[in-house]
Amino acid sequence: MANATIENVKKSFGDVEVLHGISCDIRDGEFIVILGPSGCGKSTLLRLIAGLEKITSGTIKIEERVVNDLEPADRDIAMVFQNYALYPHMTVFNNMAYGLKIRKMTKEEIRNRVHKAAEILELSELLNRKPRQLSGGQRQRVAMGRCIVREPKLFLFDEPLSNLDAKLRVQMRLEIRRLHQSLNITSIYVTHDQVEAMTLADRLIVMDKGFAGQIGTPLEVYEKPANKFVAGFIGSPAMNFFDAEMAGDGKSIRLSSGEGLQLSGEGVTETAEKTVTVGIRPEHFVICDENKAQIHLRTDLVEKLGADTLVHGYFKDNGDALTLRLNGIQHFDRNNLLPMWVAPENVHVFNQQSGDRLN
Amino acid sequence: MEKQRVVFNNKVLPYMLLAPQVAITLVFFIWPASQSLFLSVLQQDPFGLSSTFVWFDNFSTIFTDEIYRKSLGTTAIFSLLVTLASMSVALLLAVLANRVLFTGRVYKTLIIWPYAVATMVAGVLWYFLFNPTAGIISHLLKSMNYDWNHGLYEGQAFFLVVFASVWRQVSYNFIFFLAGLQSIPPSLIEASAIDGASPFRRFWTIVFPLLSPTSFFLIVVNVVYAFFDTFGVVDAITGGGPNHATDIMVFKVYHDGFKGLDYGGSAAQSVILMGVVILLTIIQFRYIERKVHY
Repeated sequence: MANATIENVKKSFGDVEVLHGISCDIRDGEFIVILGPSGCGKSTLLRLIAGLEKITSGTIKIEERVVNDLEPADRDIAMVFQNYALYPHMTVFNNMAYGLKIRKMTKEEIRNRVHKAAEILELSELLNRKPRQLSGGQRQRVAMGRCIVREPKLFLFDEPLSNLDAKLRVQMRLEIRRLHQSLNITSIYVTHDQVEAMTLADRLIVMDKGFAGQIGTPLEVYEKPANKFVAGFIGSPAMNFFDAEMAGDGKSIRLSSGEGLQLSGEGVTETAEKTVTVGIRPEHFVICDENKAQIHLRTDLVEKLGADTLVHGYFKDNGDALTLRLNGIQHFDRNNLLPMWVAPENVHVFNQQSGDRLN
Repeated sequence: MEKQRVVFNNKVLPYMLLAPQVAITLVFFIWPASQSLFLSVLQQDPFGLSSTFVWFDNFSTIFTDEIYRKSLGTTAIFSLLVTLASMSVALLLAVLANRVLFTGRVYKTLIIWPYAVATMVAGVLWYFLFNPTAGIISHLLKSMNYDWNHGLYEGQAFFLVVFASVWRQVSYNFIFFLAGLQSIPPSLIEASAIDGASPFRRFWTIVFPLLSPTSFFLIVVNVVYAFFDTFGVVDAITGGGPNHATDIMVFKVYHDGFKGLDYGGSAAQSVILMGVVILLTIIQFRYIERKVHY
């Protein structure tokens, strides 16, 4: 268990800079998820922390010790790889014991540790099997077992669930969470799956094109996305974006249809721009009576998913396209005008050029 | 998942498709092999006009022959050295090439070249380089006060044929080792690095075991190479001498048969040679292959 600090870490491959200065303080026992689309540099960041790549500039500290120039072996970390990277010629036991043997532990100690880890992960029956005789989920658990036995300061996960089928993924996600709660080892977890990220993370680092778009708890990221990228990346279906004009006092906005929406609290306090980008999540539209309505939606297609219903349509007449998510199964005719209302705290306003949050 | 099956209604077609391969095997393997089996139990008269059936007299003659027994020993040491040396040198080069990123392509191409050189040409090449009167290398050795004459000293002659044989085979082994190394997922090496293994230990505990299918295949191929294909090297460099120091079995078969004109004895030797290689291959498949699969 340890804390870790990443300070202004940059990485270039040749002339191409892929990480443009990432900073984050990771507290003892925290579960950090690095989330981002493919190619955003999230795996590179993890590999820098692991020591599999050399950082170009910046500092990485594990427990107040600068590890920039340390070999992976000397950083006291353990890593679960996307393809598990189990040694195919060794039994499950030897796979887990490999790192311990190298650290010259006694046979007794190695046996104890491996058996204890195997028990936690329900692998006791499989210790004499070779990796090829295991199912995907079992291999995944062996990969984690190999990390647990080492009792490292830092756990690194590189998209560990992406090779599993959907059902197993949900199950392993819970197991990882449970494991973290019982062992409480500081963990850094890379994924492109936002459900994994939201459920596992104590804090999220949302990455975009080599920048950290936002660092915060899953709810902070969901409720107050720092920029348009984060807002659009988190949530499914994605947030609706459309252009609007700021109203005079900065506490409301006016849509192209002429209708307006209220902003919460202070609203937008300082902006020179008249035109802004507004974001509203599909699940935050509320259908209401005509006299309370702020905006109107012209319905187009309706998708009934069982648990909820997605309504696609346009603002009033020929406005921007919108998607709504409503609970349960609901019926709407096409070309119907729905009166709607949005809570002020659910209206997000972004700078049209930079995409930064304004309210 | 259902496999797609191609059905031929023509009953003759499969045999026709097999025919070229069968014909080649028959003409170049079965026929000569049965010829030598047949010849090995015959004794020809000095003028080659008639032959007598002599049972296994040819075999008993060979095994009481001091020179032939020396040849067995020479062949054993020779093939062991050639196999070991060419494989370990190739593995070393492949590991180095696998690490090199930029100049790798040139290096790889150059290393593969010797394989394109015919065995005989390779032999002649080294013969000239080491020629006691005209060779550059022997000249250099002489300037360092080392007396090089592989026509005179058994050890030097033996070293030279081993060296030339290894030189050529390294290329072949290199290609396979490099391909084997490149098929090992990098994440395995990274995982063992994180587990704390030193580069040396990573190699012996992860890379080398994972290369074992390649190594096994190469052992089989290299032993066969050392037993048969090295004929050209020996013929070009030493002609089996001095004092039979480089008289490996395959060369002796040729020499006794076509130079000594002892067809029966030569055929008997080739039968023994065939038996030895078959036996070695069976042993390799039975005992080594079992340890290969993981």
